[in-house]
Amino acid sequence: MDKYIQAPLSKADIDSLEAGDYVYISGTIFVARDAAHKRMFEAIQKKESIPMEFKNQIIYYMGPSPAREGRAIGSAGPTTASRMDKYTPLFLDMGLKGMIGKGKRTKEVQEAIVRNGAVYFAAVGGAGALLSQKIVSSEVIAYDGLGAEAIRKLEVEYFPAVVVIDSKGNNLYETAVKEYCT
Amino acid sequence: MIREINVDNITENIKEMCIEANYYLSPDMKKALKTAVDREESKLGKQILDSLQDNLEIAESDMIPICQDTGMAVVFLEIGQDVHLVGGDLEDAVNKGVSQGYVEGYLRKSVVKDPLIRENTKDNTPAVIHYSIVPGDKIKITVAPKGFGSENMSRVFMLKPADGIEGVKEAILTAVRDAGPNACPPMVVGVGIGGTFEKCAGMAKKALTRSMEEHSPIPYVRDMEEELLEKINCLGIGPGGLGGKITALSVNINTYPTHIAGLPVAVNICCHVNRHVTREI
Repeated sequence: MDKYIQAPLSKADIDSLEAGDYVYISGTIFVARDAAHKRMFEAIQKKESIPMEFKNQIIYYMGPSPAREGRAIGSAGPTTASRMDKYTPLFLDMGLKGMIGKGKRTKEVQEAIVRNGAVYFAAVGGAGALLSQKIVSSEVIAYDGLGAEAIRKLEVEYFPAVVVIDSKGNNLYETAVKEYCT
Repeated sequence: MIREINVDNITENIKEMCIEANYYLSPDMKKALKTAVDREESKLGKQILDSLQDNLEIAESDMIPICQDTGMAVVFLEIGQDVHLVGGDLEDAVNKGVSQGYVEGYLRKSVVKDPLIRENTKDNTPAVIHYSIVPGDKIKITVAPKGFGSENMSRVFMLKPADGIEGVKEAILTAVRDAGPNACPPMVVGVGIGGTFEKCAGMAKKALTRSMEEHSPIPYVRDMEEELLEKINCLGIGPGGLGGKITALSVNINTYPTHIAGLPVAVNICCHVNRHVTREI
């Protein structure tokens, strides 16, 4: 079913989402992928500060292509989420409520999603041009030296995604594949 | 008769080809994606496939790369043995073309200088170059930027001769099943069977550059391509891995003689953005 939600996420929105829902996300989300995850994870372990607050936020796993003049961002589709699995349970325990990526997650991540009442969305992999148009603005807020892997703050409007793992632990990748496997 | 070709010519072509490949999907790939919509049974799967059509249109009209992972540049050079290259070093010329294409074409720089130190080279060089010497006085260049969502799901299986054709089919299905949603299905599956460890991997990569309208000229291999495509599309993975009938668009298999003791099989998976541009100079 189609649903319209706001970011940062509210508990009411999260509770209403079910695996398989097609959602349109509007509001503020953050971008971080491999190198930024590693850096934030290590900073937390060393009790150093990190450049974003996780509470109620969504992290989009993405590394954009460069923006042309006058545009907010370049091509901007999701990257594979499993590379962030090592760092994700800690971030969820610190208040992160949503992740947008593509592909399977580990059991540890799925358990942390349920434990913290969070949600994992998939955006359409390889649709970077289309998704780019849903991003109204983009600002690098930290780790600029990481280039395409820097942490960004995005304003998005009706950004399309599918709920893959909901807060109850239902997993669309597992159920949908069974449905069409013959 | 020896024909001289200046390496600047190669640089210019490679620059243009890197850009072309990342903004315009080849007509055969576009057609395969378009016809897939009608064959998909899942509503969500159809919706994803429709989004991919829209994405290709936006990429062309607004000049936004089809995918943000504009790949590591894989370059095949088939050099005629009657060609004499002048004007500089060939490898430098190729990398100069890649650098210019990725910088001027607003493409993402995704290459790190060292696999463990991981410092970005900032111009997407170096390319991965495969050279071959062929008859004639021309150079055939294929540029195939390869994204790593699908590259990471690729596999090499060193099977035993006793595993036979059923073992090969099972290996290919295993690779695709394990890749699932990570490889951005619908996929194109490139397979190399035979040769040595590195030969089968190279064949699998080359198989991805084949036109969607072409099949293996060897009858039993062609049958295997068709059978595997059918079996893959019964795995249930579907577009985006969100369930459905269209998991792969094509299975392309290349074969080569091998050793009495071996049966190497490589499976190189590519997402639906299977980019490759070929030119002859």
